[in-house]
Amino acid sequence: MTPGEPLIRWDWIATHLDEFAFRLGEHVELTVIAVGVGFAIAFALSLVILRAPRAEGPITAVAGTLYTIPSLALFALLIPYTGFTILTAEIGLVGYTLLILLRNIIRGIRGVPADVREAAVGMGYAPRQILWQIELPLALAVIIAGLRIATVSTIGLVTVTALIGQGGFGFLILTGMQRSFFTTEMIAGAVLSVALAIAADGLLVLLQRRLTPWTRAA
Amino acid sequence: MTLLGDVVRWFADPAHYQGSDAVQTRIYEHLAVSGLAVLAGLVIALPIGLYLGHTGRFGFIAVNVANIGRAIPSLAAIALAIPVAATLVGVQNGLGFWPTFLALIPLAVPPILTNAYVGVRGVDRDVIEAARGMGLSEGGILRRVELPLALPVVLAGIRTAAVNIVATATLGALVAFGGLGRYIVDGLALQEYDRLFAGALLVALLAIAVEVAFGTFERAAVSPGIRVQQRAF
Repeated sequence: MTPGEPLIRWDWIATHLDEFAFRLGEHVELTVIAVGVGFAIAFALSLVILRAPRAEGPITAVAGTLYTIPSLALFALLIPYTGFTILTAEIGLVGYTLLILLRNIIRGIRGVPADVREAAVGMGYAPRQILWQIELPLALAVIIAGLRIATVSTIGLVTVTALIGQGGFGFLILTGMQRSFFTTEMIAGAVLSVALAIAADGLLVLLQRRLTPWTRAA
Repeated sequence: MTLLGDVVRWFADPAHYQGSDAVQTRIYEHLAVSGLAVLAGLVIALPIGLYLGHTGRFGFIAVNVANIGRAIPSLAAIALAIPVAATLVGVQNGLGFWPTFLALIPLAVPPILTNAYVGVRGVDRDVIEAARGMGLSEGGILRRVELPLALPVVLAGIRTAAVNIVATATLGALVAFGGLGRYIVDGLALQEYDRLFAGALLVALLAIAVEVAFGTFERAAVSPGIRVQQRAF
């Protein structure tokens, strides 16, 4: 910190709005790709587990290990192979979403009451129809709860990817540190990242209310 | 793979087990700052979580504190701890141990607090009524009934906090702290991939070891009759 410097220099903020917008785009892009790809993989793995419950142990063990490995370490392990690229960042970020999404998708589908499933069988639904028309809509609230956790965590983790040349708002935090701890830039990066997480969480809550209107009455 | 060969050679080199940059020193630093931060988090969060769970007050806040904690970017916590450390413990301590330690505490509080609350709240009301009927004081109910029954959930919260903290302590290297993050940050800066990879491997193994150690401890500490796997994720 430079002595005599105020904690936040508003004039600096006012002249850097363009950069904030650019970093916002970067941050959102990294997050959306990570959660989107993570969801696709977790969904496919969930279907495998629901069909073959024996696969649950090994699959959750791998996802759990990925979740435990510190983000910076995971990025560092990938750098010799994939370099300082968006691919390195995304492999790590996707890895972190898997456990949370997998857990919620399975918990949601298994939480569908057996009566409902039996009624559907009795009405002549095929297994595929039961999955898409009965189980998934009823599991949606739990699945979106998982998406909220995954999205908020990913937005926080994206800041760490600044260390491998990506980063969104994390870039501001890191350059603030490198400019002998320029607090204005560090605080701006942190506040914007938290604000983005809150906004994304709010959007997902709205999406959930829209998609599952029946849960509101309860 | 030449890289893996380099990494094996890195681990075999006796020079990496001597001096201030020795592997065992870095592991010790990493565990010391993590352990202290978890302890500080326990001192702050456990009494609050248990008390709120016992009284059932401020439930909304107690449950949502974990979600707020998740939104704090770890990089931001480390960066912003520098001015905080400089103000609290003097400018000469604005780098190294203090900012790392201070940045880790807020990451420990949310899971411990939320799980303590959820665990104590989840105890069967009938059991508590019975304890009250038997003449236990409120403190006695908390200590002798609620806490043992809530133990699996409480310990799971501490495990989540500990694993998170061991992971984030890696970033302490950015503010001139030691720990295993040193190898990663220096390896990145010097483009020495063997050091980078070795450091990342050590951090990953340490985090997994902490997770496994806590899991084993939980199974040993918790009465088999109430074994539940639950984490306020």
